[in-house]
Formats: sequence, C-alpha cells, structure tokens
Amino acid sequence: MSSSPSGSKRPLSPFMIGPYYRPQLTSTLSILHRITGVALSAGALGFAWWLLATAAGPHQHVVFDNFIRSLPGTVLLLLVVFSLVYHWLNGLRHLLWDAGWGLEIPRAYATGWVVVALSGVLTAGIGWAMIATRGAA
Amino acid sequence: MSLRHPLARVRGLGSAKEGTGHWVAQRITAVALMPLAVWFLVCAFGLGSYADARAFLAQPLNAVLTAALVFCIFHHAQLGLQVVIEDYVHLRWLEIVLQVVVKFTAFLAGLASLLAIVRIVLGT
Repeated sequence: MSSSPSGSKRPLSPFMIGPYYRPQLTSTLSILHRITGVALSAGALGFAWWLLATAAGPHQHVVFDNFIRSLPGTVLLLLVVFSLVYHWLNGLRHLLWDAGWGLEIPRAYATGWVVVALSGVLTAGIGWAMIATRGAA
Repeated sequence: MSLRHPLARVRGLGSAKEGTGHWVAQRITAVALMPLAVWFLVCAFGLGSYADARAFLAQPLNAVLTAALVFCIFHHAQLGLQVVIEDYVHLRWLEIVLQVVVKFTAFLAGLASLLAIVRIVLGT
C-alpha cells in the first residue's frame, strides 16, 4: 500500500497507539492479540518439530526433549503457554463481538479486565503444572 | 450505480470482493481451535516421554484430532499473519516476499506434520 498507481495515499488501518492516542486497555489488548498470534505462529513450528521428531525416532526426539527442558526452551515454552492462554481468551472475546455481544464500552472494558486476570492465573497455573509434572531432565 | 469512472475505481485499488471468505475462514478455524487446543493442552501433560508420545499419536482418534489441530493451526496462522503483514509492512517488494514465505512455510510445516502423524499411525 506504499502508493497506488494513481498516486493517492489513503491510510489503511493506521497505527494509532503512541503519538496519536494514549494507550488504553482496549487498544493495548488489541495489539497484544496480534503479538501473541505471531508468537503462536512461531510456536506452531515448534509443535511441528515435536511431531517430526516423534515420527523420526528416539534419537531425534531426545534432541527436542533436551531443548524443551533447557532454560531457553522452558522460557520459550512458557511464552507460548501465555500466548495460547491470552489469544484463546481474547479470541473468545472477539467471537462474542462478532456475534454482536459486548460491544458497549463498559462491557468491552469489563471483558478486557477478565481476560487480563484469567490470563495471569491460567498461565501461572498451567506453567507451574507443566514444570511440576515433567520432572527432572 | 456508481458515478465513478471505472478507470478511477481500478486506479484507486478498491475492493477485490474476496475479504469475506478470508474473514469467515479465520473465524471457523478459530471456533474449531478452541476445543482442540484445550483437548491437546490437557493431553500434553501425559506426553513427556518418547514412548508416551508415540502411544498417544498411534491411537486413531488422537491421530485424527491432532491432524485436525495441525490443519487449523497452520491455516489460521497464515490467515492472521497475512493481515499483520498487509498492515505493517509498507515496502512493497518485502511485503510480497514475506507473504509468499509465510504461505510456503505454513503449507510445508503443515504437510510435514500431517505426514509425521501418518508415519506414527502406520508404525514406520
């Protein structure tokens, strides 16, 4: 959309956070939905790696296993868990909007805070359960 | 009837009339992913070892649901990444390169994942 043949420069989905608007809960959660979506796309490649390693055999699987149990692997796994929890909850919020429910400003803020609170609680709970159940490397 | 000259409409790069299909597909895959993601997350707690993972994926029902999960994940991901690139990458050649890279990567990773599941089910 840099320039159309006629030379007109019409804005498409202008990025308004920052110089034009102060950050609000609604706009911050909106951009976080996209950021976690991009993160989950990277996480999807990790999921594909797990499937391919499991199909390839024990020697390839242990390479994946060592990575996911390492410190960088654990940090990435927790980031993917947070992204999944947040994107799932906020995605439900989006689907409800698409159905015409919850578009009023007070309700949009209320559901936004619910998503923030539940994301924190569920990420902490799932993250703790994962580390607790997988045992020592 | 539009009062605009057809040439003006073309030069203005108006609607390609394909947006609705993209919008609907993104939401249908989202609805499918909601239960599939919860199901897999719950199952993932029992998939720590190689033997557990093989045994889980060898079960026909688990294999089908995991294959559906793979399809929905990569379809949904490439639909979403397409819009992110459209909105934020304003260098035209880079936008096109990224769009093609995303489509190819999503297709290949999805295909490889599905074939991996088939290999496990067949026990090869």
